[in-house]
Amino acid sequence: TLSQQAASGEMGRTTIIAIEFDGGVVLGSDSRVSAGASVVNRVMNKLSPLHEKIYCALSGSAADAQTIAEIVNYQLDVHSIEIGEDPQVRSAATLVRNISYKYKEEMSAHLIVAGWDRRNGGQVYATLKGLLTHQPFAVGGSGSSYVYGFVDAEYHRGMSREESQQFVINTLSLAMNRDGSSGGVAYIVTIDEHGTEEQVILGNQLPTFFDQ
Amino acid sequence: MEKLCTDPRTRGVSTGTTILAAIFDGGVVIGSDSRASIGGEYVSSKTINKVIQVHDRIFCCMAGSLADAQAVIKAAKFHLSFHSVQMESPPLVIAAASVLKDLCYKNKEELQAGFLTAGWDKKNGPQVYVVSLGGMLISQQVTIGGSGSTFIYGYVDAKYKPNMTKEECLQFATNALALAMGRDNVSGGVAHLVVITEKGVEHVVVPGDKLPRFHDE
Repeated sequence: TLSQQAASGEMGRTTIIAIEFDGGVVLGSDSRVSAGASVVNRVMNKLSPLHEKIYCALSGSAADAQTIAEIVNYQLDVHSIEIGEDPQVRSAATLVRNISYKYKEEMSAHLIVAGWDRRNGGQVYATLKGLLTHQPFAVGGSGSSYVYGFVDAEYHRGMSREESQQFVINTLSLAMNRDGSSGGVAYIVTIDEHGTEEQVILGNQLPTFFDQ
Repeated sequence: MEKLCTDPRTRGVSTGTTILAAIFDGGVVIGSDSRASIGGEYVSSKTINKVIQVHDRIFCCMAGSLADAQAVIKAAKFHLSFHSVQMESPPLVIAAASVLKDLCYKNKEELQAGFLTAGWDKKNGPQVYVVSLGGMLISQQVTIGGSGSTFIYGYVDAKYKPNMTKEECLQFATNALALAMGRDNVSGGVAHLVVITEKGVEHVVVPGDKLPRFHDE
C-alpha cells in the first residue's frame, strides 16, 4: 500500500543507467533513498557488486533489491568455484532474473546487471519483472522517463571509455535535475578487461545546463 | 503538465500529445505531434492540428481534453479580436496568454486543458508563455507539454541554447518531437511546426517518414 511504501525505504524513486562501450560497461546511479517526502539516505550507493567484474544497479524496494543482490552474489561465488573461472555476465543476469520472476508478486525490485567477461566483452542486461534482455544500454527508476529522449538521441555504438563515462554523468545529471526523487551525488562504476573502477561525482561537480 | 486520462467513457477524446515552443534569435518556434486518441487505445485522428492561430503572429498549442481546449480557444479568439479592436493595435503575446489563463483559472473545476502560447509582438519581441491546468501563467524561453514531454525533458535541458539561429531551432524542435513520438504511444503522426518572426509566419510539416531517426531505428 502507499503508506507501507512510504514507511519503508523506497529506491524505485531513483535513476539508474548502464551502457556498453567498446571494451566494457559503465554503470551509474543517483544516491537518494526516499520514504514518502523524506530523504532517508542522501548518499546511498545503488551500484552493488555481484562479482569482481559484474555489478548491478538497484531500484525498487530497497530491501528487496539489496536482498536479491546479496543472494546472487553468493550464488555466483559458488558457481564460479564450480566452473573454475570467472562467471559470465549472462549467468549473473539469469540468476537475478530467476529470483525476480519466481517472486514477482511479492517483490518489487528492478536490477540492471552489467559487467565484462572474456567471452562476450561488455554486456548490459535488463531484468524488469522477470524478463531478461541484452541491450546496448538500459535506464531505470523514476528519473529514467525524463531522459529517454536524451539517451535515444545521444547514444551511439563505438563510444570510448571516457565518452561513455561522460554520457552516463550527463544523463544522471539531467534526470536528477528533473526528478524530485533522484538527487544527491552520482556514483559511476567502469568495468573493462583491466579491472573495475568506482567513482563519485559530487553534487557541485555535476554538469550544469542552460537554465542553471 | 497534463494528467493522461485513462477512462475513455468519462473523458472522451483527449490529446495524449507532445507540444513544445522555443525562442531563438529573432523569433519563436512552436510545434506539436498530430495524434488524437481515445483512452490511449484507439487513434481517432492521425493528422489533427494542435497548433492554432489566435492572431496574426500569435499561436497556441493545446493539450489535455480536446473538447475543453477547443472551447477555450474559441472563446479566447473572440476576446482577443475584440481587445485588439479596442486597443487599435495588434495584441501583445502576453495579452493572448492572459486571456487563456483567465478562462482556465475561472473554470478550473470543469476544465482539463493546458496551453502553450508563442508569438512575436513589437513591444517585447519573441515570447513563450505556459498556461497550466489550474491557470498558472509563466514565461519561459523553452517549454514542453503533453504526455510525451516527460521523455524529452533531459534532451531539451541538454540541447536547448539561448539565441540559436532559426535553422538550429527548427532542427532542435523536430528532433525533440521525434524523440517524444518514439517513446510515447499516444503521440505520433506528423510534426507540425510554426516559425513566427517579425517578418511573418512560416508553417513546416514534417511527415512521419522524414522525421529524424536515431540509433535504434
